Amino acid sequence: MIKHRSLLLTIGTHVILVLWLFIMLFPIYLALATSSHNEQSLLHAPIPLSFGHHFLQNYKLVLFHGLNALGGIPVWVMLKNSLIMALLIAFGKIIVSIFAAYAIVYFRFPLRMFFFWLIFMTLMLPVEVRIVPTFQVVAEFHLIDSYWGLSLPLIASATATFLFRQFFRTIPSELLEAARVDGAGPLRFFLDILLPLSRTNIAALFIIMFLYGWNQYLWPLLATTTGDMSTIVMGMQRLANIADQIPQWNYIMATAILALLPPVVIIIVLQKLFVRGLIDSEK
Amino acid sequence: MPIFRNRYLPYFFIAPQIIVTLLFFIWPALTAFRQSFFLQDAFGLKHHFIGLKNYYFLLASGSYWHSILITLLFSAVVAVFTLGLALFIATLVNRVVRFSTGYRVLLILPYAVAPAIAGILWRFLFNPAIGICSYVLSLLGYHWNYLLNGKQAFILICIAAIWQQFSYNFLFFVASLQAIPKSLLEAASIDGANVWQRFWHVIWPLLSPTTFFLLVINVIYAFFDTFGIVQTVTQGGPANATNLVVYKVYSDGFLGMNYGSSAAQSVILMLIVIFLTVLQFRYAEKKVHYQ
Repeated sequence: MIKHRSLLLTIGTHVILVLWLFIMLFPIYLALATSSHNEQSLLHAPIPLSFGHHFLQNYKLVLFHGLNALGGIPVWVMLKNSLIMALLIAFGKIIVSIFAAYAIVYFRFPLRMFFFWLIFMTLMLPVEVRIVPTFQVVAEFHLIDSYWGLSLPLIASATATFLFRQFFRTIPSELLEAARVDGAGPLRFFLDILLPLSRTNIAALFIIMFLYGWNQYLWPLLATTTGDMSTIVMGMQRLANIADQIPQWNYIMATAILALLPPVVIIIVLQKLFVRGLIDSEK
Repeated sequence: MPIFRNRYLPYFFIAPQIIVTLLFFIWPALTAFRQSFFLQDAFGLKHHFIGLKNYYFLLASGSYWHSILITLLFSAVVAVFTLGLALFIATLVNRVVRFSTGYRVLLILPYAVAPAIAGILWRFLFNPAIGICSYVLSLLGYHWNYLLNGKQAFILICIAAIWQQFSYNFLFFVASLQAIPKSLLEAASIDGANVWQRFWHVIWPLLSPTTFFLLVINVIYAFFDTFGIVQTVTQGGPANATNLVVYKVYSDGFLGMNYGSSAAQSVILMLIVIFLTVLQFRYAEKKVHYQ
C-alpha cells in the first residue's frame, strides 16, 4: 500500500517537472522553430509550431549579409565584438582581482584597509546607477567605440577580489614558510604556488564573468555609436524597435538564438564549474 | 598569517584595481552627486547651482513616485513568484532519483539568456498580432494587447523577469536542499512527521538563510538588471505603465537630456543599493553563526 502510494507520488512529481520544463524551454524552442520559417508563414496567427525549411537560408542571411534594420551589419561582426568584449571583461576582472587580493592578503602596507573599502564600494555602484557620468568619463578619454571603452568600466570586481581573498586565506601558511626557506620571493610564490593552486577558482570565475560580459546590454548601448562596434545583445534593441513595423520575426529570432547560443552551450558543457562559480561568488 | 615585506610591490599589485575603481566607479559616482545639485542645459555648456531643487522637483513629481511605486510592486511580484516557484520545483527535483541531473541542467538554461534577449522572446510569444500566447488567450475570449493595455504590459515584463530569475533561485535552493543531512529527515519520519510536517518544521527553517539571501538578490535584480527587459519589450510604455526607476534614470538622462534630474535619480538609486547591500551582508554574518 505504502509502496503503491509512493510510486504514484513519484509519477506525479515527474509529470509536474516535465510540464514545468516544457513551460521554461518553450520560449527558446519557439524561437528556434520560428527562425526556420520564411516571412510569409509568420504573417497570420496561428503561426506554425514546427520547423520550416528555411533554417540554413535564414541563418546564412543574418550571419553574413545582415539585416537592414541592423544597419546591414552582418551578425558575425556583432558576435566577434561580443566575444572580444566578454573575454576582455572576464580576463580583466580576474587579473585585476587576483592581483589586488594577493596584495591585501600577503602584504601589510599603509592605506591597505582604505583600498579594501574602496574596492568594496564598487559593489554598490552597478553601471545602471552611474550611467551618465561614466559615459562622460569614457567620452573624455576618447574610448567611445573602442573595445577598451566597452570593457574597462566593467572590469573592477569586488566579488572576484573577495573570492580570491577568501581562498588565499585557506592556503596553509606552512606553504609560504616552505617557499621562503627555499628562497622564493613574493613574485615566485605568486607565480609558482598561488596561481596553480587557484586554477579551479579561476576557471569557475571565468565562466561567470564571461557570461556577465557577454550579456551586458545597457553599457554597450551607450559606449558604441557605430554599427560595426555593436555587440550582439545590444543589437537586439534595434531589432526590437522595428519588430512591430516590419514583421521579420524569423530573422529576429535567428539573431536571438545566435545571441543566446554561446552562453547556453557554456552552461551545458561546463555545468559543474559554472554551478561552483555561481555559488562561490555569492559567499 | 606570515607576510612579505616589500615597500613597492603591494602597490604595484593593487594599482590596476584601484585605478579602474577610481576612474570608472568613484569618480562617476561623485560626479553624479555633484551634478545632482546643478541645472545643466542639454549641450553641457552652462550649468548653475540650484541646491536641492533637482531632488525637490523629483520628489514633488507624480511621475517619479509612480515610477517608484510600480518598481516596488514589480520587485515584490518578481521576488515572491520566483522564490515560490523555485522552491517548489527544487523540492520536487530533490525528491526524484531518475533524471534529476537532466532537470537541473535544463532548468538553469534561462540564466544564460540576457535580460534583453529574454524580453524579445516573451514579446514574441505575447505579440498581439501573431504571438502564440495572445492567440490562445483570444480563443479563450480574452483580448490581449500589451501595446495599449498598461496592466498587460506590466504583467508581461513580470513574466519575462520571473522566467529569467527562476534559474538562479532554483540553483541555490537545490544546493541548500542537498546540504540538509538525510538523518534529520529520517529522524522526523521515525517520529511520525508526514511530508508537510517535515517540510515546515525541518526543511523550511534550515532553508531560511538561503531564502532571505535570494529575496535580497531578487529585489536587486528587479531594481537594476531588468533594464534590458523593459527596453526591448515596452520602452516604459504604454503611458509609463512600465517605466521602472532604472529605465527612467536612463530615459531622463539620455533621451530627455535632463542631466541634473538623472543625476539626482542616480544618487537615490545608490542609496537603495547601499541599503540592499548592507541587508545582504547581515545575512552573510548570520550564515557564519549557523555554521
